Amino acid sequence: MRHETGGDVRGKKGFSPWPPLAILAFAFALGGNILIPPVRAINETPYRTLVGFIALYMAGRYGLSFFRPGVKAAVEFKARFFAAVGIALLAWDMLSTKAGIFPLPFFPGPVQIVEVARADWRELLRSTLYSLRLFAYGFASGTVLGVVTGILIGWSRQWNYWLFPVLKVCGIVPAVAWIPFGMAVFPSSFITGVFMIAICSWFPVALATTNGIASIQISYFEAARTLGADDRFILRHVAIPATAPSIFTGVSAATGLSFCTLIVSEMVGAEAGLGWYINWAKGWSAYSKVYAAIAVMALVFSAVLALLNFVRGKVLAWQSGLTNE
Amino acid sequence: MSSPSIVINSPAAPPVIIEVKNVTRVFWDAREKSEKSVSALENVDLSVRKGEFVSLIGPSGCGKTTLLRLIAGLDAPQSGELLVEGEPVTGTSHERGYVFQQANLFPWETVEENIAFGLKARGVYEEYRGDVAEYIAMAGLKGFERSYPHQISGGMAQRASLARALINRPKALLLDEPMGALDSFTRMDLQEKLLELWQKFSATIILVTHDIDEAVYLSDRIVIMTPRPGRISEIIDADYPRPRSRSSARFVELRNKVLEKFHLAGAEAPVEYAI
Ligand SMILES: Nc1ncnc2c1ncn2[C@@H]1O[C@H](COP(=O)(O)OP(=O)(O)OP(=O)(O)O)[C@@H](O)[C@H]1O
Ligand SMILES: [Mg+2]
Repeated sequence: MRHETGGDVRGKKGFSPWPPLAILAFAFALGGNILIPPVRAINETPYRTLVGFIALYMAGRYGLSFFRPGVKAAVEFKARFFAAVGIALLAWDMLSTKAGIFPLPFFPGPVQIVEVARADWRELLRSTLYSLRLFAYGFASGTVLGVVTGILIGWSRQWNYWLFPVLKVCGIVPAVAWIPFGMAVFPSSFITGVFMIAICSWFPVALATTNGIASIQISYFEAARTLGADDRFILRHVAIPATAPSIFTGVSAATGLSFCTLIVSEMVGAEAGLGWYINWAKGWSAYSKVYAAIAVMALVFSAVLALLNFVRGKVLAWQSGLTNE
Repeated sequence: MSSPSIVINSPAAPPVIIEVKNVTRVFWDAREKSEKSVSALENVDLSVRKGEFVSLIGPSGCGKTTLLRLIAGLDAPQSGELLVEGEPVTGTSHERGYVFQQANLFPWETVEENIAFGLKARGVYEEYRGDVAEYIAMAGLKGFERSYPHQISGGMAQRASLARALINRPKALLLDEPMGALDSFTRMDLQEKLLELWQKFSATIILVTHDIDEAVYLSDRIVIMTPRPGRISEIIDADYPRPRSRSSARFVELRNKVLEKFHLAGAEAPVEYAI
């Protein structure tokens, strides 16, 4: 996020040709699509609407950038990238839908993907919501369990003795290895999925929390004790806040693993969700749908990551300026 | 007070509050099979009266921090006895405030939260919450209540750390070189603040310092320690009238006396002094 405005210090004054060029690139992508007919008849309106909308949005931001220096810096920094995206879209569109050089059905054009996403939006939305629900249950329970395990191990000698070896041995087993076990034991594929996402996020969070507690400076505990704090108070007001940065490091690692486990578990035996959707679409050789689902995944997972980063920023506000993140 | 072993010189003298009796603390090398040990303190005796300002001074490694930690209850001796108000020390207590060499504020709490920590920990925050603003003002930290420790200067952090210990109104204040890391101006400023607080609260203070001037300027008594094994080699009375001046004849005389004792003890005082 912070890098957004960091790149171009020149953005302050002077004229950068890139923002208009980026808009132009999208205009070309749109114009090319309109001028050249497709090899096979297809509804091109959704794709045109999307590209046109992006171009309009960029033009709007560009207009705004003349009045707001912050927007100007951001727009100019991103412009080169968007120019490249516009050109790439144009090239992809020409090579697939317009000239039919890319072999179908494996390499559809952007037009096909956008059209399929529009036509099948109900099923995609339903799948996305299913995936999000599965992710939320599994990830939340795994993270909470991980923090609790980590605190127990880091805080108590007894728990450390009994639980740490279990964590170390069980944790390194990839969660998907438990799929047969889960399917045999749990009544539904949903619960199996929750179980697998929970154990795959449990391990990194628990390990990071354990390490975090172990690496707290003793002097913080000593200061708390001389100020009259008992163990409970120290746990709540020293150990946990001091470990929070480590917990979030574990959560970051757990997020990526959980996305992976989510999709794999949905591909195996689930009746809904983006992973199931991909598998199902593949069964019909509907590769446009596969790509549409992948695009949705990219968007949704990015949004989840952004949300987690936002929470992290709020919780670790005391750290800003201490680390170079 | 109740202990019969305490000898009171005159009826007017305040009672002994802290007693260190024949205390020995040995540290063993933590590595396996190592037979090496360090005698951080060997047969140390010290009594401190209520309201007294005592400085511990001596070269690096002579056991000053060790002694202070024992009195605080952060550590326990192998042999000997430590009494506070006649009771053996078994652990830490909010009645013995401790200020660490590094300010040691909790980085995840604001200045205000740090200073209020003791009140919250003891469950008396509601009762004394009005004190927080008062101690913030006293430490000269008004306007920085919501700053985090890394956003304030070293001197401010030390003052915050002092306020954090003081808000519990401890009977004894144990200060481990709280001014070691400060420049001389900030240091003098904090010294004045300390004297002001000491008089206001009639607290008992034990101050560890490397700085002979600081010890002579602030203390009623100066305890000189020597290393390997850590022992008290001399206790100098510095009970001359206050307010004091760093240029008075009495100050200079006492300062020379302390320096001389250092040389007699064979310690490299000037080197430590330069730190
Ligand atoms: N936790 C420990 N483990 C092992 N040795 C220790 C420990 N604490 C102190 N020592 C040893 O005990 C001796 C006294 O240490 P102490 O920290 O009390 O010295 P000090 O007088 O405070 O020195 P300084 O002025 O440098 O702070 C030193 O030789 C030190 O190496
Ligand atoms: Mg020390």
